[in-house]
Amino acid sequence: MNGPHDLGGQHGLGPINPEPEAQEPVFHEDWERRTFALTLTCGMLGQWNIDEGRYARERQHPVDYLSNTYYENWLAGLETLLVEKGLVTAEELLTGVAEGKAEGYRVPDVDATRKILASGGPTRIQSDLKPSFSVGDKVRVINQNPLTHTRAPRYTRNHTGTIEFGHGVHVFADANAHGRHEGVHLYAVRFEADELWGEEAAGGPVYVDLWEPHLEPV
Amino acid sequence: MPHDGHDHTDPPDDLTLRVKALESLLVEKGLVDTAALDVVIETYEHKIGPKNGAKVVARAWVNPKFMAVIKEDCSTVIDQEFGYKGRQGEHIMAVENTPDVHNVVVCTLCSCYPWTVLGLPPVWYKSAPFRSKVVQDPRGALAEFGTTIADDKEIRVWDSTSEMRYLVIPERPAGTEGWSEDQLRALVTRNSMIGVEEAKSPETDL
Repeated sequence: MNGPHDLGGQHGLGPINPEPEAQEPVFHEDWERRTFALTLTCGMLGQWNIDEGRYARERQHPVDYLSNTYYENWLAGLETLLVEKGLVTAEELLTGVAEGKAEGYRVPDVDATRKILASGGPTRIQSDLKPSFSVGDKVRVINQNPLTHTRAPRYTRNHTGTIEFGHGVHVFADANAHGRHEGVHLYAVRFEADELWGEEAAGGPVYVDLWEPHLEPV
Repeated sequence: MPHDGHDHTDPPDDLTLRVKALESLLVEKGLVDTAALDVVIETYEHKIGPKNGAKVVARAWVNPKFMAVIKEDCSTVIDQEFGYKGRQGEHIMAVENTPDVHNVVVCTLCSCYPWTVLGLPPVWYKSAPFRSKVVQDPRGALAEFGTTIADDKEIRVWDSTSEMRYLVIPERPAGTEGWSEDQLRALVTRNSMIGVEEAKSPETDL
């Protein structure tokens, strides 16, 4: 979707204003710490995947997405998924009162949580699927405006780049966000600055990971 | 609850109340184990952080074979050599800064970041100003960190749109010939491994 999260090349968003590295805590408020941990542990219930998690955050109203702090967006995404997936009701979320125990979920304990954190969620898939593109090939990003989740940033659409290397077959995020687990070839594509931003471009090349369905031969 | 600098007589703010209410609802429904929450917090607040990445960089500086391997597949070898593995570090590749090339990493679409080597990302990395600016104007973005990159050096920006994660190996500072990995580690900052700063210089920063 053409959402507020797709920020590459937008202007007027203010200074970066980095906090000095040595002084920045991991969390600035205790509610951030709790929101982070709740999001990860609820994710371990296996009711949604990482791309559904991202899509839940970026579907917020653009004004909310951009005015929220980072963990407020996580909190909003978590609340959305808990209700959509039927783990809690909208009424329970509103009142904070449980209507009953949730049944049928495997809730990870301490040991299971440690194991899940250590194993992660690899997205590379062993596959005999032949890649359509080779290193050095010129490719163009398709001009698409889906209402659904996509990891092809707007600033790359309809622009031509060069395959820098192949990453092998990975889970296709755009489909995974909608519950379809498909493996397709993933590539790092190099875009020259003037191709993306015009002749006045002052920057350098941008490398973007794109999946085969995002690309067409030139 | 840890002290966070607030006067404890202040009433809690809306977000504090909203998150507390959500947590107690989830516990009451049996969907969350509070001891598991503590494991998650302990892991990312105290165990995993940029000290991991600094060890990887220091080894790459002294060991060209290791440098070559991590540019292809960093995740496998850092699990074998350091035990660094897990969530948001499944598919890491290192990108090496050289006299001709400077690399910088961003996630324009959200906040993708190599957790196993750098921990959780800083606020600025997750925020709109950096995510919007660095792809179009990397020199301008780096200037906000006090970093100047020579005009004839190519700045490569890596937009982390997939589950691939990129770790910048900064240039080894001059004046460190013969240094051990332990000595070199002290020169490697988190920001140098994102690519918004250079590594520290032994002459000016230590």
